[in-house]
Amino acid sequence: MDYSIKIGGEAGQGIQTIGDTLAKVFSRYGFHVFTHQDYESRIRGGHNFYQIRFSDAPVMSSRDKTDILIVFDADSLKFHEPEVSEDGHIIYDSAILKQKYSKQKFLDIPFVDLAVQNSKNKIMANTVAIGAVLGMFRLDLGILFELLKETFSKKGEDIVKGNVASAKAGYDFAKNNCSRCNFFIKKTNNKPFILVNGIEAIALGAISSGCKFYSAYPMTPSTGIMNYIADKEAEYNIIVEQAEDEISAINMALGASFAGVRSMTGTSGGGFALMIEGLALAGMTETPVVIALGQRPGPATGFPTRTEQAELQFVLNAAHGEFPRIIFAPGTPEQAFYLTNKAFDISDKYQIPAFILFDQYIADCEWTFKEFDLKRIKYNDYRLRADAFKSLKEYKRHAFTDSGISPFGVPGDAKHLVVTDSDEHDEEGHIVEDAETRIKMIHKRLFKKVPLIKNEIEPPLFYGNPEPEIVLVGWGSTYGIIMESVDRISKNKKIAMLHFSEIYPFPSIEKFDYLKILNNAKISICIENNATGQFAKLVRTETGFDFKNRINKFDGRPFTLDGLVSDINKKVVNTNG
Amino acid sequence: MVNLGDYKGQTPTWCMGCGNFGILSAFKNAMVDLGIEPHQFTIVSGIGQAGKFPHYLKCNTFNGLHGRTLPVATGIRLANHEMLVIAVAGDGDCYGEGGNHLIHAIRRNINVKLFVHNNQIYGLTKGQASPTSMEGMRTKNQPFGVFSEQLNPIALAIALDCSFVARSFAGDMEHLKGIIKEAINHKGFSLVDILQPCVTFNKINTYEWYRKRVYHIEPEYNSSDKSEAFKKAAEWSDKIPIGIIYKNNRQILEERISAIKDTTLVRQVPELSKLQSTIKGFY
Repeated sequence: MDYSIKIGGEAGQGIQTIGDTLAKVFSRYGFHVFTHQDYESRIRGGHNFYQIRFSDAPVMSSRDKTDILIVFDADSLKFHEPEVSEDGHIIYDSAILKQKYSKQKFLDIPFVDLAVQNSKNKIMANTVAIGAVLGMFRLDLGILFELLKETFSKKGEDIVKGNVASAKAGYDFAKNNCSRCNFFIKKTNNKPFILVNGIEAIALGAISSGCKFYSAYPMTPSTGIMNYIADKEAEYNIIVEQAEDEISAINMALGASFAGVRSMTGTSGGGFALMIEGLALAGMTETPVVIALGQRPGPATGFPTRTEQAELQFVLNAAHGEFPRIIFAPGTPEQAFYLTNKAFDISDKYQIPAFILFDQYIADCEWTFKEFDLKRIKYNDYRLRADAFKSLKEYKRHAFTDSGISPFGVPGDAKHLVVTDSDEHDEEGHIVEDAETRIKMIHKRLFKKVPLIKNEIEPPLFYGNPEPEIVLVGWGSTYGIIMESVDRISKNKKIAMLHFSEIYPFPSIEKFDYLKILNNAKISICIENNATGQFAKLVRTETGFDFKNRINKFDGRPFTLDGLVSDINKKVVNTNG
Repeated sequence: MVNLGDYKGQTPTWCMGCGNFGILSAFKNAMVDLGIEPHQFTIVSGIGQAGKFPHYLKCNTFNGLHGRTLPVATGIRLANHEMLVIAVAGDGDCYGEGGNHLIHAIRRNINVKLFVHNNQIYGLTKGQASPTSMEGMRTKNQPFGVFSEQLNPIALAIALDCSFVARSFAGDMEHLKGIIKEAINHKGFSLVDILQPCVTFNKINTYEWYRKRVYHIEPEYNSSDKSEAFKKAAEWSDKIPIGIIYKNNRQILEERISAIKDTTLVRQVPELSKLQSTIKGFY
């Protein structure tokens, strides 16, 4: 079983509430769930949709076909009716759409009337719709009732009761009136899953890493990280400061980091453009900082609420001068959680900036997972504090060492002074102009550290046929779609995926020889959500391997499973022919 | 006991006679008077001749970017609000490049002390007009004279209800020392605008020019009266007032943040035992 539900309507109609609730109900049932959203850059109106796919087997992408389409406006019908499968259903309320449809696929459910009858509150029309979907699947209502209680108990008993009654009314109506409903639900023995999106996973990863200071200027799609951490501010004693601009945000984070706490900022390309001066400052002063960079289509303001993977070359090359940096591009929320932790660890250990490069798509997509394993979370305090700092006879913030890593003391914890400078400086941190010190500092900051950092980088994930003729290569958010494409195509082809999530320093082939796989394949295709193949360029720069085949999507929308499989098949046929 | 020798840093590379020497000396004397040891505070500076200030001292130092002094100082202070955090900047640094940050540091009322070395000219880049250059001043870049209105940092700060606003003069060491001490002892964001002759590039606002005009604000002046403060701020012709121009008791940012109510952020060990229950929230 593998079903997709799509909810379409205007912003402000509660599309997200319906989607979130249904997704949670399915995940508590032990189904694997994948959701993705599409919205416009406006507060009300416009066309939005929320898509849920659930199955008894793992799912990690959206399909084009929809089994149940819930429409709240005429546009949703216009755009999405063609996506409804042969035996699919379109549910709507003729009172909302002011129109009746007689085609077989349509089921008119009086969302508003049932809400008013059962709760005297037309807002609960959304709960009626949620109940109706469960009725169509004949899934019992217990889990939904629990969820409604948890969500609304703060608002009082009447609201809970009204919601429960509305859900029940929607459920009964759909169950009794959907004569064509013939869904097959395979019960699972799975325990409930957690349902997490990319944003929450990054924020949770930051909290788990002991992040104590987060400053940012709001910008889609990274704002959610700030919201989430701010929500946990009191519980975990974290300071979240909304800066006056991105320049201030990164400089504040550097100040807090210099003072002795783990710090982070988040933005998108436009805001990152302003942060670059601060990035170079982090490089020169060897101040650790984690930057969550949420890509969206540019240039300039671009498509504010849409998705793209077009900031890789930007982040690789951002800032003047030469200094090490780390770039991680998680492919799933689970990876986002663990990689954020790794970013904090490496950033602190080597005193360098670290990036979590994500995009709008992975930011909003929710996935189901077994609970995150907190034993895998690494927390080492690399700073020199209190007695350890006091007991040093001599201290120089930028001392030359064999590893290139200088001891990082917490200012004020000892009589030793902690001095750093954006100008070139000596071991003590004071301004110099001489050539000899400059050369030694470059050796320390760059040449000595980079091989050590490179050692920490894990190879790409290899998935599929061990001796593939077709290799699909991707990075970041395309993980799920490429993996599912491999599953589909593997029925009649020898196909595999190489997915890169730790992308800079670029993984060496010592731990795993991915180049051999690429060289041995008949066709290798680099798949990216951008126009110019930025990752393919990086691979060529780092390894010399040149992709002859690329699939690039740059309409601001993510790949869909059906769309990508069809694109891959075309490439394969063309190459063979 | 801390003494002046404890504060001896690198040899300054400022021009002979630069007003910065007066500021450096007044600052060291103020710190000795206050009994503050070099490791007990951090100076954040930006770029310009003022940016080099902490290197000519002994203290914890973050010498960052042009104009970005206040965000870094804010980050340091929020992470460790038990530490005295001082920001030094030039007029181009703080009123030009970093103008936005000044506005918001005042709004936040973070307990940071800002000392602006205001020489009304760009020294490091060799003599262009600054936001505080007087209208009509001719430079290589402004051959027809400065067209823009001279920025009045004192009036700007009062308008923003800055917690402590003062002006002093690099040629009046005793006065400057006193003001630095008052600024440090005040609880709240403190702006001290320090008139500082640039002996190389500013041929108008010389020691002599200032000496003829500056006067000590009368002892009976009420610095908590905002409208009186605006009047004082507007004085810039034959007579230029120096002293504490405006002061209030606004609550500081650090006292509003619950995360540091009990202890400063740097002394806190991340509490990760609650994570399991946070993750439960995703079911």
